[in-house]
Amino acid sequence: MSSNVITVSGMQIEERPWLDALQRWLTTVDHKRLGILYIAYGLSFLLVAGVEAVIIRIQLMRPHNNFVSPQVFNRMFTMHSTTMVFFAAMPILFGFSNYLVPLMIGARDMAFPRLNAFSFWLSALGGLLLYFSFIGGSGLYGAGSAPDVGWWAYAPLTARAFSPGHSTDYWTLSVLVSGFGTVGTGINIIATILCMRCPGMTLNRMPLLAWLNLVMAGMVLIAITPLSAAQIMLLVDRYLGGHFFDAQAGGAPVLWMHFFWIFGHPEVYILIIPCFAFMSEIIPVFSRKPIFGYPVMVAATVCIGFISMSVWAHHMFTVGMSSYANSFFTFTTMVIGVPTGIKIFNWLGTMWGGRLQFKVPMLFCIGFLFQFLIAGLTGIMLACAAFGWQLSLSYFVVAHFHYTLVGGVVFAIFAAIYYWYPKMTGRMTSERLGKWHFWLFLIGFHLTFDLMHFPGMLGMPRRIYTYEPGRGWDMFNFLISIGAFIQAIAVLVFVANLVISYFKGDKAGNDPWDAWTLEWSVSSPPPEYNFASIPTVASRRPLWDLKHPEDPDSRYE
Amino acid sequence: MRQMKRMSSIAASNVALLAFLFVTCVAGAEPTGFFSSPTSIFAPASTPAKSIAPLAIFVLVITGIIFSVVFTLLVYAIIKFRGRASDAGREPAQVYGSTQIELAWTIVPVLIVVVLFLATARVIHSVQDAPEPVSAVEVTVIGHQYWWEYRYPKLGIVTANELHIPVSDPAHPTPTFMTLLSADTDHSFWVPELAGKTDLIPNHPNRTWLDPQRTGIFLGQCAQYCGVQHAKMLLRVSVDSTKDFAAWVRAEQQPAVEDSKVAAGRHVFETTACINCHTVNGTPANGRFGPDLTHLMSRATIASGAVENTPENLRLWIQDPNTIKPGCLMPAMKLSDADLDLLVSYMETLR
Amino acid sequence: MSAIANPFPQASASWRLPDRGKIAMSCLILAESAIFTIFVVAYLFYVGKSLSGPTPRDVLETPIFYTICLLSSSLTIHLAAKLLVRDKVGSFLFLWLLTFALGGLFLYGTGKEWHKLIYVDGLTISTNLFGTTYYSLVGLHAFHVTVGLFMILIVAICALAGRVGVEQAHRVEVLSMYWHFVDVVWVVVFTVVYVVGR
Repeated sequence: MSSNVITVSGMQIEERPWLDALQRWLTTVDHKRLGILYIAYGLSFLLVAGVEAVIIRIQLMRPHNNFVSPQVFNRMFTMHSTTMVFFAAMPILFGFSNYLVPLMIGARDMAFPRLNAFSFWLSALGGLLLYFSFIGGSGLYGAGSAPDVGWWAYAPLTARAFSPGHSTDYWTLSVLVSGFGTVGTGINIIATILCMRCPGMTLNRMPLLAWLNLVMAGMVLIAITPLSAAQIMLLVDRYLGGHFFDAQAGGAPVLWMHFFWIFGHPEVYILIIPCFAFMSEIIPVFSRKPIFGYPVMVAATVCIGFISMSVWAHHMFTVGMSSYANSFFTFTTMVIGVPTGIKIFNWLGTMWGGRLQFKVPMLFCIGFLFQFLIAGLTGIMLACAAFGWQLSLSYFVVAHFHYTLVGGVVFAIFAAIYYWYPKMTGRMTSERLGKWHFWLFLIGFHLTFDLMHFPGMLGMPRRIYTYEPGRGWDMFNFLISIGAFIQAIAVLVFVANLVISYFKGDKAGNDPWDAWTLEWSVSSPPPEYNFASIPTVASRRPLWDLKHPEDPDSRYE
Repeated sequence: MRQMKRMSSIAASNVALLAFLFVTCVAGAEPTGFFSSPTSIFAPASTPAKSIAPLAIFVLVITGIIFSVVFTLLVYAIIKFRGRASDAGREPAQVYGSTQIELAWTIVPVLIVVVLFLATARVIHSVQDAPEPVSAVEVTVIGHQYWWEYRYPKLGIVTANELHIPVSDPAHPTPTFMTLLSADTDHSFWVPELAGKTDLIPNHPNRTWLDPQRTGIFLGQCAQYCGVQHAKMLLRVSVDSTKDFAAWVRAEQQPAVEDSKVAAGRHVFETTACINCHTVNGTPANGRFGPDLTHLMSRATIASGAVENTPENLRLWIQDPNTIKPGCLMPAMKLSDADLDLLVSYMETLR
Repeated sequence: MSAIANPFPQASASWRLPDRGKIAMSCLILAESAIFTIFVVAYLFYVGKSLSGPTPRDVLETPIFYTICLLSSSLTIHLAAKLLVRDKVGSFLFLWLLTFALGGLFLYGTGKEWHKLIYVDGLTISTNLFGTTYYSLVGLHAFHVTVGLFMILIVAICALAGRVGVEQAHRVEVLSMYWHFVDVVWVVVFTVVYVVGR
């Protein structure tokens, strides 16, 4: 640390290390600290939203249950989804981007460290604002509190007439504010990747994580902002007497739907693309082979980025668009399945012929592959508009998107946490606890979300606080709830692992996994300046070249 | 050779599992099946639903095949290429990619997409752009928080919550065409055995149609979150034979039964705010905020399917709707017990 | 770590990457364009759909003069930035203040127009669909103009205090990118509201 401390004799300076640490963390502009803040923040909200999910599942364990009132239930599903998307998944993924991108491209920090900090605190404020609604808002019929309009907040349910009080405003403002933070981080990521790569690292030699974050950040710029625009319009309607979505004045509630889903569909790709990035970094290391088809992976991701802007109305198949519109969106939605499938095949190709090591991160990656395959296929089913007329707005869709978001995003997040925890903390996690976490979570996940497809096909719509007996849904719902409880236990094991390993884990060296990207060339945790001197690279796997000077990648690229 | 045997055994067990799931799911839609349900999308009884079901099965089969292939390859890879202790230190061949393989697994999915798209586009067109015969029954459905209003403009009928439509003979179809409107928030009309769902959105009229080919009661419910009591906005469609439907229409076209024995109850009804929200043909009550009650007793359920239509439930409902549908928009009128009894006895005469 | 020699191969001297200020401003412009696009789409969607009240044809007067002011300010800011690169601080300051004045005039013109619309024609944001979409779109643009003017003012104050020289030329260039964006948006808004929408 610093060796030029001035000693003043005769004075007693009280040391308060915890206060110093707090100040360092609150005022940090270091991308690694901000990354950890984002991840810790996101994990906390993941737990809170998980509790909300458990409440939902207890209520739905049997028909006509009375665990919570309909008002509370509606708040629970609204808060669960809003929290998970905006304040759990996005912060965790942005935290990893923040932490890893500069290290992987050989830079000392992000392009704009202060903007980085500002974006984090803006997003953090958004989450706290949303949860303040429990105390501060007043919802339908002035009955108090958190928003209960669903995370899509469809008009006209959000109009003053149908949502008096302030609960909807908490939804609008918290998401609006954190949206600006998100755009700030998107700008930062693009500027960092385009302008701060170390010498020799052409775009063609960047780790796939950097490429995919570049595409994701570009999508953030043009997908988050339509939601911000729509939310401003909603506020104009609610507070300035505007008529954007006011049917009585000739306005069109359908317009809100279009604007929301122009955001909403790219948003789910914004969530999954960083997870693809994790897969593309972790699977090669535990297969002991480079990623299969690097250029194709880049091209496929860029295609996904573009096509995802043209599929939004597959969320609106039941809204009454013309048969031509329905057919168009069927087509584009199916087309986007092609590059996505190509990526799955490429990961399979990476594993093929390799020497697979089933460490905990790899277990979660394998789970991801199976689950994302299934999720993609149920997505194809939903893409067929006519089939979608039966399946939309039912528990089939709930099963599909939880398959992508839990089976995909959450599994990928777990893989990433187990993989980079040694780099961030200098300690290894417990393999034993990790495996318990994995198997418990896998069993719970499949019990819940495999079965959930069936009530959907048997007519159970979503967002209902209770259901009628005798429709064939009862046993499914009961078992689904059991699966949720198992997942909750698994998550507790996970949290225990993180905490215990921090204090008792084996010391991790620079490179516990024998990996090949630049972050593994520095100490664990890295020094504040990342690299003593900025590296120069000659291939996509600089550390492979160092470890295998007889057979470097640079010879083949 | 061993590899082929291993791969095919994985593939075979996978296909068997999928086939089992498929059969139980689809076949089980029948009342006696394991997955028996009165709201299964695989038990279609009307042309729109019947057009969708085969497409659904086609898509399921294709995606099932894709799943089997990829699943088998994944499981095989995990087994065959797992690292062994004897490998320590040696890295496998570092393969960077293969253009031919990439082409193959791009072209095949594109072809699958084309096939699925064409199959789907046909069904979309046949359902959405179906011509409307002159003999079709016209119903205007208006969604409310949390009940369904049905108006038959050509027959002069207004009713609520339980839809009656005639059965349709495939040889001489008599479909029902519905215009879907909303009085407040977004709703969605979903009776899985009759058709896919269509939303009811204010200022955005939609059209859908049904032509049920067997008589019976068909169930469903609102599928678009519309507020607190979305879960209890149930649908009950009674498909009647041609004779029964005509009889129902005639009964609905009559004004309300006037029974002098319940005059006191009618007086309570007409002097409490009930008439501001409800309509009873032939009386001063002509409110449109709540369901039409002229023939309340012709319905099997009240509160849009929430409870059975019995005197006890009716009494409970009128006394305080929030005990049955907490958060619904009908206020408790705070009637005395005596008035309540009179009122219920009056309502019981509205056949 | 610093004791170990750099294990990586040596860098070539010609490693050049884009400028991060310009990239970041381009990204911001892209994001803002998306927001404006949504408001323009809403405006176009609702053209002719108002159920009542004044229509665009009844009340809108094409603000040619103020548009010329705003578009000229793009020229003056461009010239000012160029001059600063050549360290002509005096001329830069003159053109910079002229930019501020022209932008300010534009805002004044918008204010005048709104005053007439509200008090003479009775068109407010809550009157009808036209009112809602018009004030939102034009207002969003005016807000961006205001923010731009504020930034220009800060630079002006620093320049008047003698603190702006050729070292700040790059930042001034990035700011002028934002100002050009605001002008391009006005061209679009003008076309949509005063030409197409009538």
